[in-house]
Amino acid sequence: MLDQTVTADGRTIGGVVMEMRNITLRFGGVVAIRDISFDIREGEIRAIIGPNGAGKSSMLNVISGFYHPQEGEVWFHGEKRRPMKPYQIARQGIARTFQNIALFDGMSVLDNIMTGRLNHMSASFLDQMIWWGRAEREEVANREKAEEIIDFLEIQAIRKTPVGRLPYGLKKRVELARALVAAPKILLLDEPMAGMNVEEKEDMSRFVLDVNDEFGTTIVLIEHDMGVVMDLSDRVVVMDYGKKIGDGTPDDVRGNQEVIDAYLGVSHD
Amino acid sequence: MTTSTEGALASIPALLARNVARFGSKPAYREKEFGIWQSWTWSETASEIDAMALGLIALGLAEGDHVAIIGRNRPALYWSMVAIQKAGAVPVPVYQDSVAEEMAYVLDHCGARFVIAGDQEQVDKVLEVQDRVTTIEHILYYDARGMRKYDHERLHAMADVQAEGRAASERLKPELERRSAALTADNTCVMLYTSGTTGKPKGVVLSNRNIIETSRASAEFDQLRASDEVLAYLPMAWVGDFIFSVGQAYWTGFCVNCPERPETMYENLHEIGPSYFFAPPRYFEERITALLIRMEDAGRLKKALFDRFMALAKKVGPRLLDGKPVGGWDRLVYAIGQVMIYGPVRNRAGMTNVRVAYTAGEAIGPEIFEFWRSLGINLKQLYGQTEASVFITQQKDNEVRADTVGTPTPGVELRIDEQGEVHYRSPGVFVEYFKNPDSTAATKDAENWVATGDAGFIEPETGHLRIIDRAKDVGKMVSGALFAPKYVENKLKFFPNILEAVVFGNDRETCAAFLNIDLTAVGNWAERNNIAYSSYQELAGHPQVIAMIQSHVEEVNASLSEDDMLSGCQIHRFLVLHKELDADDGELTRTRKVRRRIIEEKYGDLVTALYNGSAEVFTETEVTYEDGRKGKISATLKICDAAVAAVRPAVQEAAE
Repeated sequence: MLDQTVTADGRTIGGVVMEMRNITLRFGGVVAIRDISFDIREGEIRAIIGPNGAGKSSMLNVISGFYHPQEGEVWFHGEKRRPMKPYQIARQGIARTFQNIALFDGMSVLDNIMTGRLNHMSASFLDQMIWWGRAEREEVANREKAEEIIDFLEIQAIRKTPVGRLPYGLKKRVELARALVAAPKILLLDEPMAGMNVEEKEDMSRFVLDVNDEFGTTIVLIEHDMGVVMDLSDRVVVMDYGKKIGDGTPDDVRGNQEVIDAYLGVSHD
Repeated sequence: MTTSTEGALASIPALLARNVARFGSKPAYREKEFGIWQSWTWSETASEIDAMALGLIALGLAEGDHVAIIGRNRPALYWSMVAIQKAGAVPVPVYQDSVAEEMAYVLDHCGARFVIAGDQEQVDKVLEVQDRVTTIEHILYYDARGMRKYDHERLHAMADVQAEGRAASERLKPELERRSAALTADNTCVMLYTSGTTGKPKGVVLSNRNIIETSRASAEFDQLRASDEVLAYLPMAWVGDFIFSVGQAYWTGFCVNCPERPETMYENLHEIGPSYFFAPPRYFEERITALLIRMEDAGRLKKALFDRFMALAKKVGPRLLDGKPVGGWDRLVYAIGQVMIYGPVRNRAGMTNVRVAYTAGEAIGPEIFEFWRSLGINLKQLYGQTEASVFITQQKDNEVRADTVGTPTPGVELRIDEQGEVHYRSPGVFVEYFKNPDSTAATKDAENWVATGDAGFIEPETGHLRIIDRAKDVGKMVSGALFAPKYVENKLKFFPNILEAVVFGNDRETCAAFLNIDLTAVGNWAERNNIAYSSYQELAGHPQVIAMIQSHVEEVNASLSEDDMLSGCQIHRFLVLHKELDADDGELTRTRKVRRRIIEEKYGDLVTALYNGSAEVFTETEVTYEDGRKGKISATLKICDAAVAAVRPAVQEAAE
């Protein structure tokens, strides 16, 4: 599966990096995800859409490894994934943002972003106490990466502002920064545009495209705004009541009768 | 340093070579990037500029070409201007916030074959207009972010152009040397488009002589030196920035600092602490508003200390600055105030090291002006124009007043004609308006005297120039009384609550005004007084806000009634506009001057309502959003009557 495609706008999309095979996820008696299969290719923007309660966020948690499905297999980089410990999850190179912003309100933007570098810190407790040498070098390298992302997302002006004082749209951007600073291979965005006005949505869309373009990051996003999804994504998975009802390019999905029914409702006469 | 432009220092590239020889390892530019101030010495600057110049020649830049530059203040864009000059071409900086249409006009008018853009946003605008502007051959960009997917047939990254230039150095160096050696004082240094309060922008051609002579005279006037620091944050397309950040910087060899982003300007100013600073009056006003708002929230002790020491500063600060006698006790208390209040306030404002600060462009409120001076900051006024390469008059260190603009800069001659219009002649007088001989002839006479378009007079005792108004705006009312709208508008704008004012009254019986509230000041006032509002429009229309504005208008009327010449200009009726006047809608120029004819036309219905006695009026206005899209807003505006003080008999007329 090492095929490569070049999109209309000149990006290269590589082979499959992750594959979901017949995933079923249950919480007690509730079936959140029912027998779903799809794949994610390197460098693409993959959207997951569906009505409320369709199981989108659960799906994202399966992708990240936070949930281990009861049935089915997740193949990541050609290996079958086993249940993992949290630190193992974090080290896979998958970063995410949350539907409800999960930042440290009392800390500055910079400190929040620096927490995203946790996996890139290996200096020991003793090193940290001595500070000079290893710990210092590491801190400098991490700060450099953080500054690169701050520049990229144009949040220099709020570098030292406590996150709690920021408006919603900017918090979302800081959260994206924290995810990006980990230099992830795959970035999971859970409703990155929720609650934003048109201008903020446009900014965020531009950033998502730039991240994908500049860093070659594979992006999986959940979004309700159909305009955004159709404009941004290369391929779309449509879920409804835990089932997959569509999968393909935005155009394919838009023409799919089942999808239209799920979103617009069906008349029962 | 009295070398004139005749000889070795006839161009900016020649000054660059001198600076490399004299200050080679001293910082010439700084820019904050990735959270750290990066700096470039004069030697490094010269090598960057050479690489750009060679790269541009390799791309086919010819002598005499016009090259447009669009972007925020960044060292690389300043270098590109000098590189363009070195390659024998003419830089044309363009306002970076201009919408595509304005940009298209300028690019087309100057016939730019090359455009240098700061980032993707600017490139997008150029690409949008390139169908209309057929001369564009190459677009260079500095910040490569987001540009990967673009068609690079005519697009080039600046870094690549420089690399190409370096690679072709051996082949092209002789050509570059030949071109830069051929530059004389008469070559065009830069072309700047004036925003113009009426009509299309005009391209002002300024020669090397204009820029260098003016920079020399003004730098000597204020004893600027190589150790000075400036912050370059005003639009690169504005003549002032060109003189401060290029002309004077290259003449004296001081360091130009560029902020990280426009939004971080305050913080960067604080970090750099410039010794030479320019800002429009609005800036000084805004910072005081911000400071006073924060002081309102401070603890009682701090507030009391602040009030106590500021009262003293108001009394003795300006006198101390001017070296006038001050009592021993006051001196002592002022010294304590330095440590406790003035020093910290100056530091927060990034003004600790300021030796010379200027403001210009609009009249500054006397209280605002005095506030800064009372803190020990040497804030002065100057009067200038693009056509004069900025400087016409400046205030000397010990002759600073809020109501004049100072005495002529060395080398400038002044004359007031019969109509009261100010004319000047100086080495800085522009060469011509590009491709516009009619306008050139209308502005500049055969003996190089230039009409400023401003009405003013020279104070006999002091020799200071005082500006009354734009000459063409000064008119007569039906009664024959003098009508000077800007004078009245400035009086109104001195109230922090009023952001903009437009006064009507030419050829009419009475004066009336449009007013804009200042959202920061009024919003804060509303918060303090528990007044709820959900939009600018709602706040602007709030009865209590209107009542407050009315009291301001009446105060202005009272003060006008004491002026023999202008008592006829009292405002009888006014309304508070439902939207802020905006340059994107063509209501203000890019330098935020009111375009009154356009406003009068656009809001014709409102002007009619002001004069037909109606109590309110419904209106619908088209607005342009930042990305160029248009929308409509509608509102019903209340029209208020203001109390007018009795008009005294016109003494002026009786004297005739």
